Amino acid sequence: MSNKILESININKFFHDPLTVQVLKDINFSLNKGEFASIIGKSGCGKSTLLYILSTMDTDYDGELFIDDVIIRGKKEVELAKIRNEKIGFVFQFHYLLNEFTVLRNVMLPGLKLGKYSEKEVEHRAYEKLKILGIEKEALKKANQLSGGQKQRVAIARALINDPLIIMGDEPTGNLDKKNSEIVFEIFQQLVKDFNQSLLIVTHDNEFANRTHRIIEMEDGKIIRM
Amino acid sequence: MNFKLISDISRSLLVARWRQTLVAAIGVTFSITMFITLLSFMSGLNDLLDGLILNRTAHIRLYNDIEPSKHQPVDESNEYYKSYNFIRSIKPKNDRLEIYNSGAIMAALKKDSRILGVAPKITTPIFYNVGTTDLTGVINGIDVEAENQLFKFSDYVTSGNYIDLKNIPNSIILGKGVANKMLANIGDVIQVTTSKGELMKLKVVGFFQSGLLDLDNVQSYASIGTTQKLLGASNNYITDIQIKLNDILTAPPLAKEYERLFGVEAMDIQTANSQFETGSSVRSLISYAVGITLLIVAGFGIYNILNMMIFEKMDSIAILKATGFSGKDVNLIFITIALSIGIFGGLLGLIFGLGLSNAIDQIPFNTASLPTIKTYPINYNPKFYMIGAIFSIITTYFAGYFPARKASKIDPVIIIRGK
Repeated sequence: MSNKILESININKFFHDPLTVQVLKDINFSLNKGEFASIIGKSGCGKSTLLYILSTMDTDYDGELFIDDVIIRGKKEVELAKIRNEKIGFVFQFHYLLNEFTVLRNVMLPGLKLGKYSEKEVEHRAYEKLKILGIEKEALKKANQLSGGQKQRVAIARALINDPLIIMGDEPTGNLDKKNSEIVFEIFQQLVKDFNQSLLIVTHDNEFANRTHRIIEMEDGKIIRM
Repeated sequence: MNFKLISDISRSLLVARWRQTLVAAIGVTFSITMFITLLSFMSGLNDLLDGLILNRTAHIRLYNDIEPSKHQPVDESNEYYKSYNFIRSIKPKNDRLEIYNSGAIMAALKKDSRILGVAPKITTPIFYNVGTTDLTGVINGIDVEAENQLFKFSDYVTSGNYIDLKNIPNSIILGKGVANKMLANIGDVIQVTTSKGELMKLKVVGFFQSGLLDLDNVQSYASIGTTQKLLGASNNYITDIQIKLNDILTAPPLAKEYERLFGVEAMDIQTANSQFETGSSVRSLISYAVGITLLIVAGFGIYNILNMMIFEKMDSIAILKATGFSGKDVNLIFITIALSIGIFGGLLGLIFGLGLSNAIDQIPFNTASLPTIKTYPINYNPKFYMIGAIFSIITTYFAGYFPARKASKIDPVIIIRGK
């Protein structure tokens, strides 16, 4: 059994509108269980594009992608949704919490969708994730009553709810101040250390990247360091 | 489990935009209310107008008609018997209008299980003598009890008691119009002349008002016995046998059967009154068209509100998809929203529709020509409520279908990267 949880082989990606531009060129890399990796590079180098391909949300590419040794090409939309639900946790630059729901409910939603545990168990698990992130006191507030840093921590809790194979982040600290960025980074580090969680974070914050285990640097659609 | 989650998300989205939701639901409620009321009222009116004629008309009428002989002498000629002959020389002879062997026919009909009831009748032209002038008229000799049972005779007797016609010998119930012309009151004795010149005095025991002025100006009712006496006929003289069937739709084939069986003319109600059916169906068609138009307009309201909701909730939809909800789930969420608006609004509409038609039912509606009607007629047919419920669900489903499909096609990458 290989330790690779994510592998990309010769991934190429073109944008066709307005002109055909190659944004990713022969991306080959793999990620092992428990790795804390970051992708850095200048704006427009294709790092976010790569992340969306790796997260199965973008299916328009050439080359092959394996998640947990399963080939992604040719899967139906419903199957991809299931993979995202079960194996991938997301943290975006913006928190994207649903304001209609409480914090607890926001964290529970992907768990309820998975349907592996009963509602009671999902609720219990959501509480535990919130406790890891130190915001269990806010559980019953509406999402829009929290501060920016708290919201981002709720978003991380939501990413953790189904014990994903990997957490992917797209500039998760991009909208936060220094102090909150620090908190988020420490949480990530704790997750790696205590739970052997794999993380793949896109960032343009070099200081953040330097403290991760592995840096993947991109330039003009190519990986130049990994 | 999965559906519970989806309905939960739908409910939260609905509650978050409860004002718009309410407006959409009110649109459905209003249209269903109007749909129910309109159809109940229109159909009540239809029934009333049809009832004017149909309730009082036999489903099949057996009678003898004066007709020229179908077999003319020229057909006997060897030379022309194969030809189409136009020469007709035998005129109608002075045939009797009486139905032969009426007693046996009536007995046979009463045993027929397809028949609800049979009432004999004599129709004879007479003159009402008023001072020095004579008014032409018609006397219907009826079996009072059978007539009342089958054709609600008592409903149209506006003054006096209908049963007196049977109990008081030589009595008559005058048409309202005739009575007015003759200045006759209940208890007066009037004089009539038959077409053969016989004179007879009859006691007025009541007035009859059918709602059709032409009829009331001419017709009067007497018992069969009185009429037979008036005509100097024997007590088995009958000119018409009126038949009421269990199922009105079987009238045309049964009429043909009896025509053959008893050797008389038989007229079914559909042939005699085809214009009423046409009128009713056109009126129903118009009310359905208006009702459905209202519903479609309400459907557009729902469509608009859902479209707006999807535009506002783009982020939420994107994150739901990013965290593992498929397009199908998102589609279901918005269909559920549309359907709950439809079901909630439709249900209220059914209740308000019942209330409004009930209110109309209380409004006094007195007209001289319709003695039995006191308020506006309403038909509380459950069929209308079924149609209203089904249509409210179908229109809201389609109103939700297109926005939901749009929502399910949202690409999360575009939304998330757009920030």
